[in-house]
Amino acid sequence: MSIFSLTVIASLLISSIRSATPLVLAALGGIFSERSGVVNIALEGIMLIGAFTAVMISYSSGSAWLGVLAAMAAGVAIAWLHGVVSIKYRADQVVSGTAINILAVGLTEFLLAKFFGQAGQTPNVTPATLPTWLPLHGFTQQVTAFAWIAAVLVVLTHVVLFHTPLGLRIRAVGEHPRAADTVGINVFHMRYLGVLLSGALAGLGGAALSVGLLNSFTDNMTAGRGFIALAAVIFGKWSPFGALAASLLFGFADALQTQAQIIGLKVPSEFLLMSPYILTMLALAGVVGRSTPPAASGTPYEKGER
Amino acid sequence: MAKVLEMVGITKVFPGVIANEDVHFDVEQGEIHALLGENGAGKTTLMNVLYGLYAPDGGELRWQGKPVHIGNPNVAIRLGIGMVHQHFMLVPPMTVAENIVLGAEPSKGGLLDMAAAKKRVRELSEQFGLKVDPEAKIQNISVGMQQRVEILKALYRGAGLLILDEPTAVLTPQEVTELIAIMRRLVEEGRSVIFITHKLKEVLRIADRVTVIRRGRVIDTLYTKDATEDGLAEKMVGRKVSLRVEKDEARVGDVILRVRDLTAANNRHLPALRGCSLEVRRGEIYGLAGVDGNGQSELIEVLTGLRPATGGEAMMNGKSLLGLNPRAIFARGVGHIPEDRQRRGLVLNFTVGENLILGSHHRQPFSVRGLLQGGAIDRRAEDMIQRYDIRTPGTKTLARSLSGGNQQKVIAAREMERDPDLLIAAQPTRGLDVGAIEFLHRRLVEARDRGKAVLLISLELDEILSLSDRIGVIYEGRVVAEVPGHEATEEQLGLWMSGGSTGRRGEAQG
Repeated sequence: MSIFSLTVIASLLISSIRSATPLVLAALGGIFSERSGVVNIALEGIMLIGAFTAVMISYSSGSAWLGVLAAMAAGVAIAWLHGVVSIKYRADQVVSGTAINILAVGLTEFLLAKFFGQAGQTPNVTPATLPTWLPLHGFTQQVTAFAWIAAVLVVLTHVVLFHTPLGLRIRAVGEHPRAADTVGINVFHMRYLGVLLSGALAGLGGAALSVGLLNSFTDNMTAGRGFIALAAVIFGKWSPFGALAASLLFGFADALQTQAQIIGLKVPSEFLLMSPYILTMLALAGVVGRSTPPAASGTPYEKGER
Repeated sequence: MAKVLEMVGITKVFPGVIANEDVHFDVEQGEIHALLGENGAGKTTLMNVLYGLYAPDGGELRWQGKPVHIGNPNVAIRLGIGMVHQHFMLVPPMTVAENIVLGAEPSKGGLLDMAAAKKRVRELSEQFGLKVDPEAKIQNISVGMQQRVEILKALYRGAGLLILDEPTAVLTPQEVTELIAIMRRLVEEGRSVIFITHKLKEVLRIADRVTVIRRGRVIDTLYTKDATEDGLAEKMVGRKVSLRVEKDEARVGDVILRVRDLTAANNRHLPALRGCSLEVRRGEIYGLAGVDGNGQSELIEVLTGLRPATGGEAMMNGKSLLGLNPRAIFARGVGHIPEDRQRRGLVLNFTVGENLILGSHHRQPFSVRGLLQGGAIDRRAEDMIQRYDIRTPGTKTLARSLSGGNQQKVIAAREMERDPDLLIAAQPTRGLDVGAIEFLHRRLVEARDRGKAVLLISLELDEILSLSDRIGVIYEGRVVAEVPGHEATEEQLGLWMSGGSTGRRGEAQG
């Protein structure tokens, strides 16, 4: 089969979008958090917990969308934990995020065994779908409803961040919290908002993976996607459209890798798997355009400190 | 004239310190009122009480005759009090307009109305002659321009009373002149300005009235037309101070430092030194004047081994300094009081004692067989603290917690103690009060009288003029003029500094 055949291109494209969707959602979360000045490497753990919660609640309620909402709520709860530790108690944000990532792996494994009485994988649940009367139904079925949600959220995030007073304040707090403080902006509120939004979005990203793509939950199924989302944030220069493009690129690399055999690509799949990370490192090193994080990202804010 | 603000009997106590004691201070409508005092005298505390950042322990605030309680900055802003902090509160990657409206954004249908914001910024900018481009990013505009953005920020919020905290500290002489024009414009429009400073000349030049504050108490409030520089200095410091540096004729010896056609790039890889040449001799203070950013920093860094030269030579006692690391250069007898005392001069989280022996820490008696000797370090530090009059609770105090003047004394003590042949003093008195300046100036003159060479780099023309035996002017990376200290005038130096016709050029180039 030729790599240039239309069906191959179409299937590559769809496969790229499918892989990219959870990444975009989590990356949007990362953008909100980092723009407000809190590094959130807990994206990985939050995604994992979101993925599990979505399956658990859709399994018990029979409604996939209820599961999705629950995933977002669970994401918010975990993010709140990260917020309290890193905003209120000003702990190291990377350490807090790492702790949450470790917690998430253990917690989901434990709950999986406890709740479903089996280890490793949950039974399948009904996927979250959109009504059939909507246009582009066939395409939607293939890329999942989450692709549309992600697309809408990218635009929405862009508008909120760059065209509303709230977005201006979030960005100001992430760049120069004291300046924001002196004009009466509550730095802590803004940061909690950023972190909680990141929890909701990463939770949604996790749901997109479990009830969106695979219809079940497997132990540690995020397998580093939260970190790739973080890379997409950096690669996309902390902008929603940039993160979308980066996620699509990473999704494409993933699609190539899974379909390499079908297309007859003679590159070892390990190299393709590596490509997102190599791209990220190149981005960080400034080879692919310089990328400057929000200046105060990662630095806890203390009132009255000189 | 109507009083806009009255502070009546304000007292503010911090644990162990009375920062303000029964302070009476008032501002009339349409006046520039200077608040003069040394660092740590309580000026900023008083203004923080006014701005709602501190709650006073006693006294009363009256705004336009009525008693008010200002519990937080938002209340102050609502009353019409605006504050321009010494360290600007601007978000570098955002535009001027975004910074100005931040926190009080105009919006339309929930969306940010940047068109309205820009329009308002332009109107205000024109009204007060500020010439600010609302679309420029803060990180791309000059410090002087940033200060105007801060002023606009206050005006945008409807400030009738503007507090400017040490506003001239970061400005070039030209920018100071522009700032004064802006302040005049503000009071012409019926607003009032509180101008916090420790610079006497500026008080006399700018303010209508001045309140002198010392150790938390008001010493006097008077009209500047009735004030003199010496009189104000005495009130501020509490004793007679000599504003003039006492020094004898220089006994100049051999050339110690010879810099010839030196070139170097700045951090953005653009040429910063473009063939700089100068000579500093034993027993003289060579003052290098110039507007900030003309290659001074790069020259200092090349001479101290912190930046590679791209060409030319720098010889110390006949041997090249180029290519050596800072420790080797130190060993050759170069002392360095750096421009930025907090970033380059001190390790802020180290103790005073540790900072005092930095650079000699690996030598006997401070280090024996690779182990630091606490006792020896302490003894040396205590001795230096006494001789250099460093006000610190002890050798174990963190450098971070000292006042700026005392931090500078720590650096000066450390560098002078090694008795270097060449002392490079960059902005040695920036941000210091009269007392500390007097002390440091005396030390520099002493070093020179002991036959050392001093290279003084300063943005303050006053300092250059009062200390230097010879003065060079650096402009665009070259020394464009040299003149004996006693022949130099402020006007002439100012002209050279701005690239005007160069007199006596080439003397240094030989």
